[in-house]
Amino acid sequence: MKGKRAFKLSLIIAVLIVAIIFFAAAISLTLGSLPALKEFGWKFFFSKEWDPVSDRFGALPFLVGTLLTSFLALIISLPLSLSISILLGEYMKNGRFSSTVKSLVDLIAAVPSVIYGFWGLEVLVPFVRNLEIKFGIVPYGVGIFTASLILSFMIIPNTASLAREVIELVPGDLKEAAYSLGATRYEVIKKVTLPYARSGILAGILLSLGRALGETMAVTMVIGNNNNIPKNLFYPANTMASVIANEFTEATGDIYYSSLIAIGFALFLVTALFGILGRYIINKTTIKIAK
Amino acid sequence: MKGIRLRILKDRAFKFAIYLLSLLSLTPLFLIMFYTFRKGLKAINLQFLTHLPKPVGVEGGGISNAIVGTFLLVTIASAISIPIGVWAGIYLSENKRSWISEFLRITVDILQAIPSIVIGIIAYLWVVKPMGRFSALSGGIALAIMMLPIVVRNTEEVLRLIPPYLKEASLALGVPYHRTIIKVIIPAGIPGIVSGILLGISRIAGETAPLLFTAFGNQFMNWNIMKPVNALPLLIFNYAMSPYDEWKRLAWGASVVLILLVLAGNIISRMVAKKWKVQF
Repeated sequence: MKGKRAFKLSLIIAVLIVAIIFFAAAISLTLGSLPALKEFGWKFFFSKEWDPVSDRFGALPFLVGTLLTSFLALIISLPLSLSISILLGEYMKNGRFSSTVKSLVDLIAAVPSVIYGFWGLEVLVPFVRNLEIKFGIVPYGVGIFTASLILSFMIIPNTASLAREVIELVPGDLKEAAYSLGATRYEVIKKVTLPYARSGILAGILLSLGRALGETMAVTMVIGNNNNIPKNLFYPANTMASVIANEFTEATGDIYYSSLIAIGFALFLVTALFGILGRYIINKTTIKIAK
Repeated sequence: MKGIRLRILKDRAFKFAIYLLSLLSLTPLFLIMFYTFRKGLKAINLQFLTHLPKPVGVEGGGISNAIVGTFLLVTIASAISIPIGVWAGIYLSENKRSWISEFLRITVDILQAIPSIVIGIIAYLWVVKPMGRFSALSGGIALAIMMLPIVVRNTEEVLRLIPPYLKEASLALGVPYHRTIIKVIIPAGIPGIVSGILLGISRIAGETAPLLFTAFGNQFMNWNIMKPVNALPLLIFNYAMSPYDEWKRLAWGASVVLILLVLAGNIISRMVAKKWKVQF
């Protein structure tokens, strides 16, 4: 009986450690960002001034950069990832070709982001620069557009795999009913499958968005590191994650340092929110389908 | 009733579009792989794997310090996250509905969603700041925080699949609860647990952002976990951003090594899960 107690205790200790890591992380980030938030108040998130020399900090340029890159990436990647999930969930459910495509999609998620960044820097940046010269835009090469392109590719697996799972779960009799009424496959997908799989797709989109918001290395390497609000989509900028990556080790002075932690804290809160929302939707859907 | 021809045409066009867009979404992967291997394979030879990086302007040199560093970091991260993660996973699968479990699941989900750069800040605040310097230990702890949720979630999911009669049979024979878990449940789930651990390792081996201000990077060989170390992803980042062709060459070589490492982790993880699976 003593062994049983000791064993149960050891399990509880492991659980406690995980919980402590989480709370300690939240507390550390809060304490770390307090000096900056005290100094600037809520204006911190609405001021566009980022001036280490005079110790004035505002995170607006990075909020704008993060939102622009993430949503642009999402818009570009959505048709692609939905196509893959429809392909795997409807047109090719089994077979060697289908499992190859699945493995390739997994591979997209497995490649380290620094390699995407490196490739982006060496191949995509010159490519975009040439495009910009052709269209008569100032040819930076680096910038929001380039970062979004890389990001849009990196977040394909998140939406694709979740959407595929829910598309596969759509009950066969629903689809057969539609077919028996004379619907074409396209009409079945549009009117039956996709509406039924709606919430799962939404969860996938939220997870992708969370990933895009927090992605650091690939974005840092191609976004051009400009601390002002970008004038257009082809302009160099900085995201919340990339400004931390660039400036954290160089930050001198408590306020500078604390401002960067505050940006990290905001990032933590937003991604946590998306994570919980996505998980909530997934749970609700699986329960609904299980019924 | 719309014309049937038009509807069939739409159907065909849609199917074509789906195939085309799917192909388009996989194209960058082929381009990246092709480019990386074309550039990187040339750089790899024995000297590349066993020598230190040379200073600017000197030909040759290798990435041995980064390989050692990645090995050190992954070992530290595994040593911390595997025991805690597996044990917490066992708790979750044993107490499915308790409020502690529900709460822990949310915690693990949030931990998994935290951007890697923020984990770097956390490890900086916890380890680097009190110690007063960058170290392999702090990098390992950052990676451990990233790996922990993967191990917990995976262990829980694997143990859930083990049929309850296995446990009931053991308990009915009079085996105490804790010995049932250790001698029956864990061995039955071990392939899945190991495959999850390998997946976690291949995920963290490629992470750069948490190491930027923890492990920091180091031009020299270092086995001391209290000092900064280099790591493959860090080396790729630093050399990729440098203006020197020779360093970029090293970075491409290191990219190939890193991709192969991550791929090997993924493939072995799948093989373990498949081949070594206990049948019920």
